[in-house]
Amino acid sequence: MNEEGIWSWEKAWEVLPSLLRGLVITIEATVVGMVIASILGLLIALAMRAPTRWVRGPLRLVVDFIRMTPLLVQLVFAWLLLVDVPPLVIGFGVLGVHYATYMSEVYRAGIEAVPPGQWEAATALNLPKGRTWFAIILPQAIRKTLPGLGNYAVSMFKETPFLFAITVVEMYSAALNFGANTFSYIEALTMVGLLFLIVSYPTSLLVRRMEIRFA
Amino acid sequence: MSDDLQALVDRLPSLGDAVLVTLEMTLGGAVLAMVVALVLGFGARTRSLWVRGPSRVVIEFFRGTSLVVQIFWIFYVLPQFGFKMEALAVAIVALGLNYGAYAAEVVRGSIESVPTAQWEAATALNLGWFHKVRRVVFPQAWALMIPQLANLLIQLLKGSALAFYITLHDVFWWIDNLQRDTRDTFFSYGVGLVIYFVIAYVLTWGMNWAEERAKRRLGRGTRPRLRDVFGLKPGVPTEIARVKGGVA
Repeated sequence: MNEEGIWSWEKAWEVLPSLLRGLVITIEATVVGMVIASILGLLIALAMRAPTRWVRGPLRLVVDFIRMTPLLVQLVFAWLLLVDVPPLVIGFGVLGVHYATYMSEVYRAGIEAVPPGQWEAATALNLPKGRTWFAIILPQAIRKTLPGLGNYAVSMFKETPFLFAITVVEMYSAALNFGANTFSYIEALTMVGLLFLIVSYPTSLLVRRMEIRFA
Repeated sequence: MSDDLQALVDRLPSLGDAVLVTLEMTLGGAVLAMVVALVLGFGARTRSLWVRGPSRVVIEFFRGTSLVVQIFWIFYVLPQFGFKMEALAVAIVALGLNYGAYAAEVVRGSIESVPTAQWEAATALNLGWFHKVRRVVFPQAWALMIPQLANLLIQLLKGSALAFYITLHDVFWWIDNLQRDTRDTFFSYGVGLVIYFVIAYVLTWGMNWAEERAKRRLGRGTRPRLRDVFGLKPGVPTEIARVKGGVA
């Protein structure tokens, strides 16, 4: 390493701009991934309430399969399979689908937590099924899922570095590139860790407040 | 397709070693994580600020920085400061510390949700702190924490796929080689994901069994239906459970 010592502040400042560019990609991936996950997750949760087990059974299997196999392997799999699609889009998609399987459980719990009286009241008022869902059940259920959504957003943010495996230059790959060019991995990798902490800790505090408010 | 199967059969002997490496990381990481979790979990609920403060800092630090960053930091940066470890040890330490920090919250939440009366009753019986925890509080907390720990165990297994990038020959490495042999991505990764799924399933199954056993020891056991033992329980989002006091 350099002669003066192991850590050089100069290098740490030098790497910062490219890391911040990576941070933008990281946040982008988190936001887009989370949007996909929350919409798809809701659809999965609703489909899981289908009356026939011919829908529920296979869906359950697919959801469990996606949830219990490594995100990293799924990313590389999709990347090798879909050669023409840009890596960043694959990243959005795989992150979204993977987290949708988690989110579906959060929605399920949220829907089940709506008191039965609400269903009965809707039936008593002779509301059509669509209105029961959109005007009565979902507004209450989704309010309960907000903390879960926040938690998974924080956790997805911390899993975006997996995108390095499919050549997306997010924060971690940016640090690796910098390290490869200047041989100063120490500063680059440490700064990435610190940036993660700086972003994710306040966010998780925020989520915790949200939990207390909505719980 | 028959070429693919032939390549798969040729590769089967090395699958055992690959699965072994993944299992070593998963179980080694899980044991370390449990130790870390117990120390930090109990540390985070002591009255003394000098113990509670550092425990909280360590928990938030490992939860806040990404696993990917931690594993590569330990692998590439730590040797520059004179700590050089084997790749397998790096993986176990990184997985253990990262998931240990998550599990610490589970341990703390579960201990806190054991009714205070249990502590008081144990005090009334003049049990020492260690006995209180070992015989009265922990067995009850343990039954509460297993479902969440089972979730974390699966997360840990999934995280272990990263080890491929620090030169370990784990299941992901095996999949990658199979893909090179067959040039058939769909087949090789399909097989690979199924292998991960089977490992995860067996682990879940073991945790379901452990949960039944823990409940039985508390006298709350029900004879589980076959469906409960073989079924995959829906995951409890661990971080939600934490705030709600461990039970979800």
